[in-house]
Amino acid sequence: MSSAHDDRAAAAPSLLSVRSLGVGLGEVELVRGVSFEMAKGERIGLIGESGSGKSVTSLALMGLLPDGLRASGEVRLNGFGHNIVDAPDRAVRGLRGDRVSMVFQEPLTALNPLMRVGAQVAEVIRIHGKAAGRAQAAQKAVQMLDAVKLPDPAEAAKAYPHQLSGGQRQRVMLAMALANNPELLICDEPTTALDVTVQRQVLDLVGESVKERGTGLLFITHDLAVVANTCERVMVMHQGLVVESGTTEEVFTRPTHAYTRALLAASDLEATDENGRLFTVVSARDYTPPASDEEHAKAQMVRLAERSADRLALEETESLAAAHEEQVIEVKELRRTYTRGRTSLFSLPGTVDALKGISFSVAPGERLGIVGESGSGKTTLLRILAGLDRPSSGSVTVAGNQVAGARESELRELRQQLQIVFQDPMGSLDPRMRVLDIITEPLLVPGQALNAAQRRGLAEKMVEAVGLPVSALERFPHQFSGGQRQRISIARALICRPQVLVADEPVSALDVSVRAQVLNLLADLVDDYALTLVFVSHDLAVVRHLCDRVIVMHAGSIVEEGPTEQIYTAPQHPYTQQLVASSMNLREEILARHA
Amino acid sequence: MSTTSQQAATEGRPATGGSTSTRRPRRRRGTLNLRIGASLVAVVVLAALLSYVWTPFDPTQAMPSDRLQAPNATHWFGTDKYGRDTFSAVLQGARITLLVGVVAVGIALLVGTPLGIWAGMRRGAAEEVTMRFADILLAFPALLMAIMFAASFGASTVTAMVAIGLGSVPGFARVARSGTLQVMSTEYVQAARASSQPALRMARRHVLPNIAGMVVVQCSVTFALAVLAEAALSFLGLGTPPPTPSWGRMLQESQQFLDSMPALAIFPGVAIAVAVLGFNLLGDGLRDRFDPKMTGGKS
Amino acid sequence: MLIRTFVNLARFVVSFVVASVLVFIVMRAVPGDPAQIAAGENATPELVEQMRREFGTDRPLIVQYWDWFSGLVTGNFGTSYVTRTELTGQIVDRVQVSLILVALAIIVALIVAIPAGTFAAVRHRDASGAVVSALSQLGIAIPGFLLGVLLVAVFSLRLGWFPSNGWVPPAEGVGAFLSRVTLPVMALAGVQAAILTRYVRSAVLEVMGEDYLRTARAKGLSPLQALLKHGLRNAAIPVITVTSVQLAALIIGAVVIERVFVIPGLGSFLLDSVGNRDMIAVQSVVMVLVGITLLINLLVDVLYTVLDPRIRQRTNA
Repeated sequence: MSSAHDDRAAAAPSLLSVRSLGVGLGEVELVRGVSFEMAKGERIGLIGESGSGKSVTSLALMGLLPDGLRASGEVRLNGFGHNIVDAPDRAVRGLRGDRVSMVFQEPLTALNPLMRVGAQVAEVIRIHGKAAGRAQAAQKAVQMLDAVKLPDPAEAAKAYPHQLSGGQRQRVMLAMALANNPELLICDEPTTALDVTVQRQVLDLVGESVKERGTGLLFITHDLAVVANTCERVMVMHQGLVVESGTTEEVFTRPTHAYTRALLAASDLEATDENGRLFTVVSARDYTPPASDEEHAKAQMVRLAERSADRLALEETESLAAAHEEQVIEVKELRRTYTRGRTSLFSLPGTVDALKGISFSVAPGERLGIVGESGSGKTTLLRILAGLDRPSSGSVTVAGNQVAGARESELRELRQQLQIVFQDPMGSLDPRMRVLDIITEPLLVPGQALNAAQRRGLAEKMVEAVGLPVSALERFPHQFSGGQRQRISIARALICRPQVLVADEPVSALDVSVRAQVLNLLADLVDDYALTLVFVSHDLAVVRHLCDRVIVMHAGSIVEEGPTEQIYTAPQHPYTQQLVASSMNLREEILARHA
Repeated sequence: MSTTSQQAATEGRPATGGSTSTRRPRRRRGTLNLRIGASLVAVVVLAALLSYVWTPFDPTQAMPSDRLQAPNATHWFGTDKYGRDTFSAVLQGARITLLVGVVAVGIALLVGTPLGIWAGMRRGAAEEVTMRFADILLAFPALLMAIMFAASFGASTVTAMVAIGLGSVPGFARVARSGTLQVMSTEYVQAARASSQPALRMARRHVLPNIAGMVVVQCSVTFALAVLAEAALSFLGLGTPPPTPSWGRMLQESQQFLDSMPALAIFPGVAIAVAVLGFNLLGDGLRDRFDPKMTGGKS
Repeated sequence: MLIRTFVNLARFVVSFVVASVLVFIVMRAVPGDPAQIAAGENATPELVEQMRREFGTDRPLIVQYWDWFSGLVTGNFGTSYVTRTELTGQIVDRVQVSLILVALAIIVALIVAIPAGTFAAVRHRDASGAVVSALSQLGIAIPGFLLGVLLVAVFSLRLGWFPSNGWVPPAEGVGAFLSRVTLPVMALAGVQAAILTRYVRSAVLEVMGEDYLRTARAKGLSPLQALLKHGLRNAAIPVITVTSVQLAALIIGAVVIERVFVIPGLGSFLLDSVGNRDMIAVQSVVMVLVGITLLINLLVDVLYTVLDPRIRQRTNA
């Protein structure tokens, strides 16, 4: 674990020194033996999946562990006389917000909803006496909001958090964190809750700001590409331990620990095994990490480009062939308008155009990706396809069934042909039902005349098909992990043998290592059951791996549509271009570092 | 696909956040509340049951020779101005307390819960009208409702039970509706709708089991309120008419001897407090058990 | 904000009308002719007939309702069928007494509950916090009339500090007013303080777990400063909701307390009227009580709008 960087850290004046930091909850150790040095102005990434202990570590550094958790070990900041772990709160308070500051994951809940954002920024300036009086603090706050590139900072200062967008709120958080020019900035998944394009902007802003000010950065994330983009050094955390650390390049191109390798393999959506499936934790030993020296990297890029060209050619012939067949899904001039803000019979309703007249079709056996950010209308579209919502106008035909204007009984046939897998692995399974009852629920519709034993037989086949043991049928959802729950959702969707499977962000709530497995399962099942797949996602890389054709949605309209590789390699619409440019990819980021 | 099942097994344990720490003490307090609450309720129930088979004296039998006695070996809780045995009356008073509570909660449960579920599942105008109506009924607390009913139909146990029950309907309707709305917004209900499950089956399979906890808690809390309302009504002379013993009326009758014979007030008073405390604690304990995140305040 | 206020006003009006219909149905339409009731069961048919004409109860119900309702709105409550006196003056006098009781009680309850609840939340892991929680739990189980009886037994009969009953308006001597109002206010406030303590505690506990409180600590505030500067205002919103609900309960609670302490408020009037089977008086007093409750709900909604910018915006958009 010790390598060249230790020497360098010794040479440069150290900013933060952490020695065998541990965090415990009662008897349970959440974090063990974390040690590292951070030089002034250094940018370190802390990578880990959920439950790895990375967030707890960051809170321990701030001395902000929640009640009941206790830290041990040593955390020293240059020039601060105490060990932060056991220093009195009174002493550490002087550091927080001044020399050390923090940006949290969810900016909506991290800001006080009842206080104007300008006042919240001014507060941190006043607490540390960095302004003479209220007016000067307010003025400084506006300057800070300007520095984080909020449009019209003076107006923005008067806004309440709910009046800003997610990205703007995170800029406010950053303004607050940077207000007193800290020496160390800790960011805990600051961009995870944001849309792809916004994520990129905020990330660039964080990078620029710390470089400009010479601030040390500890960046906590689960996203390897983000670290490759932002940080010079990386620590990989797994089950409370730092399993590997080193320069970004070392760790990402020559991983030594099996877990790092597995994480890399599972994150890399461009590398596939000989069956065209993603690498998983199990198959990681066959995986070749991205190369950083130009020769190898170029060779890899060429191989990828060739494959992309092959796919492009294939897609074109396929889409030509497909044009002659009958379409499974036909959407024509679909509109959906919501009325909002109607608090009673007397108030004036406002309207929101969720879908502004979109048309597209899907051929049998096709894998269509629908890409869009929040507010693009993709969820509304999906709900209408499933007959869960009604179009305001236009027509939607699924497997020969008209959705618009259909009665509940008429939708039954449609729903036998189209099933959904939802995003949230926690919320999509009824916590009070056994897995058997959950999976067989679609078989209980009127007209299906199966007895209990037949239903059970089908359920047993389905759980095995999604890679779970038959004994899973007797258990309850909370006894499964997120990935396993998604498998149960897939089993439920497929038990009545639909023609079309609609997946709504099915992997976005999962850890990377699990994501690859669920994506492979989906790909296998689509092949085995000859399904038509409609895959909705904000993540372009996932869609690129899985889909033949892509629809890009923005603000209720389809802005671009075409074969996947074409969209990715030569986007036409400015929005698509921005989206493609914003999405980060591990390979390119590593190569970019080298350049 | 044999490897996939191994893979699924490696997909790790369910995510556990750092927030588990705050849950522990509350859980422990929850079971403590539950135990104390259940014990107090059990005491009241046992007292009522015991009164059917045994009381030291007939609590309605006046014994002029034993008037206004302090607690002693014969009359454990003393006697009132007619010489009736207070202990026997307290025992038998538990009957009316429980009867009114059971019937009132029953009415509110059977009317309010389906109404709330219906409103939450139907949405739209049905919901708007139902909930507005429930809001208006909220302006008539159980006690006011009971006073009104006593005025127009005459004071009786039945009037009290019905009035307190009707007064408690909006509480159940609101709890059931907000629970139903939560359940209806989950993805598992979306999935059920996406496979065309009929509304009635959806209510039975998904909504009812998932809101049952909240409704049980509401039962317990409403029971405590019903006990209070019944006691207040009897105290005002608008509840169960004499000679049937009831704690509220015993308290009211004790007032004129407060100076000389405070025992007359203390025993029925303690009885009322025990019953209310029991059902409240039971409700709290159940709430913590069903959902550690729900701590009251939220509507 | 204007729209919201307007909507709430409209809702108040509709609720009031619906409530009045409900009261009318329960008090008049179902039980039978109030003149018959007032005259008593042994009255001669002629007497009943004369009373019916006198009070207008021989007219169709809808006309009677309109008569009563328009009277309510214009502040003319009509004449009692039993005492033959004008109701308006009595109700206005007595409503003042009840409102003084209720207002004092809620103020006392909040003065106790806010610090106690906050303390219980901040110290929720310590024994001291648990003691406050347990006391509030116990307090909820002691109804106002029971507490009233106990207070009288101790402070009036045993210690002789306060008179056991009666009423002196504040205008006729503050000292006499205070000595008579203390016990009933304590009896009324006791339960409410206990209930509100619990809600304050749970609201503060909830806020203490919020991300923005952690942000405030990350800015360099101490836990207490963070709670005072960022927490309490957020915690106030659910507490206000409960307070408004509890005010309605207090108004009804006052009915019983007035009986314990023989105070000439609206509650005593209501109970006397019930005893006299004076239907017109009962239905009018009930409507006044319900109207006050609805009015409180209206005011609380306006208060939300002032406190919470999110609500303010939702209706402006």
